[in-house]
Amino acid sequence: MEQTIVIADLAVKRGGTTVLRGLDWTVNSGQIVGLLGPSGSGKTTLLRAVVGVQRISRGEVTVLGLPAGHPLLRRSVGYMTQAAAVYDDVSVDDNLHYAARLLGVGRRRVNSVVEQVDLSGQRQQLVRTLSGGQRSRVSLAFALLGEPRVAVLDEPTVGLDPVLRAALWDLFRVLAREGTTLLISTHVMDEADRCDRLLLLREGRAIAEGPPQQLRDRTGTATLEQAFLHLASADSGVAA
Amino acid sequence: MSPARTLATTGRVLRQLAHDPRTVALMLVVPALLLWLLDIVYRQRPETFQAVGVPIFAIAPFTIMFLVTSVTVLRERRSGTLERLLTTPLRKGELLVGYQLAFGVVAVAQIMVLTGVATRLLGLDFAGPIVMVAAVGVLDALLGSALGLFASAFATSEFQAVQFLPALVFPQLILGGLLAPTAELPRGLQFVSDALPLTYALQAVRAVSVQSRTDAALWNDLAVIVGTIVAVVAAGAVTLRRRTG
Repeated sequence: MEQTIVIADLAVKRGGTTVLRGLDWTVNSGQIVGLLGPSGSGKTTLLRAVVGVQRISRGEVTVLGLPAGHPLLRRSVGYMTQAAAVYDDVSVDDNLHYAARLLGVGRRRVNSVVEQVDLSGQRQQLVRTLSGGQRSRVSLAFALLGEPRVAVLDEPTVGLDPVLRAALWDLFRVLAREGTTLLISTHVMDEADRCDRLLLLREGRAIAEGPPQQLRDRTGTATLEQAFLHLASADSGVAA
Repeated sequence: MSPARTLATTGRVLRQLAHDPRTVALMLVVPALLLWLLDIVYRQRPETFQAVGVPIFAIAPFTIMFLVTSVTVLRERRSGTLERLLTTPLRKGELLVGYQLAFGVVAVAQIMVLTGVATRLLGLDFAGPIVMVAAVGVLDALLGSALGLFASAFATSEFQAVQFLPALVFPQLILGGLLAPTAELPRGLQFVSDALPLTYALQAVRAVSVQSRTDAALWNDLAVIVGTIVAVVAAGAVTLRRRTG
């Protein structure tokens, strides 16, 4: 399997505090990789570093063989920020047609993505009148529009009802099968269970990495929640 | 530079404005209303109306576009859309030119309303071609827009962005020859006045209003304004950072 993302000794400082402290990690192509950790653990910072919008203080991030943020990667990496980065004062269609023209994709592609994220009924609606979940799906559609080889999604299913959440995870699985690498941060444990691999972050360090089943087996726990608690307390023991 | 991506940006900005009809109406109507107010105030002194009415063509587009652009771009910076745009193939130059084209279109509409009202309804006289006055007005709008974009980099809230108006624009009004001829200013302030772009815009509209033919001095004023727009847009490009902390 091809290595899509290679992170070596990545360190990031923001406003005097260290957010990531020397992270090493590799992501293979065509996988759904979940990023798990409490808020403030450095998930968003790590995703931003992969997209190449994060100023880093040490280390290297390579995506598809190029340094993260390289101009040639701008068509291959789709990024969905945690807060929906969309234009509130125009319609769903206006947002996506603008994105399509920036990415050089046609209207047919817009139609199919709109269907995939289940916004067909809201196309003419102003984004500001949408619910939080619908807004974030406009943002998700923007990220997927260019058929990126790497999709970096920061909590893409927050605020969605369970049915829609399951539908989106099915979509992510389809994309992965077609060869897309998905890097997804989440708080929800049953979502984490649907990932091929997980990276557990705590205070800017990776405390565990591997397939969900393996993490459960290794800690002798029944659920990921317990596995995470186990690993976190073991980590604190080491730190103390 | 991709024309498609540039024009897509222009279209998007105009669509955003179109969904805010109140702002558009204020942009189009307020300059003409101000001119009308001056007409009433100076009804007994038409020569004074002529003297204070003409500068409106330089001041109004500049000030209004400064405000609108600084707030629009600040929103783009704060909402995360700018960061996202910079992860797409869109280049900074395409974004900046796209913005300038959008506000240029609005400026043309604004100036058309203003010149229409000034010449048809209020009887403001221009010795020179009115199209030259309109050109100065549009360039002035672009200048205000470029400065607004640049200023937005130094504001973290819309309150701050609006405060740049008295800080950056009012001194240009005071020193630009509007209140007293620049030749009468103390020497040090003359240099400052010479360095401020609005001085040239005010000089240019005044020149067109009193002289019937365009001369080298007028072209010089226009060249300074265009040069400043290019320089400020370039400075604005530096403030659009792909990588942030």
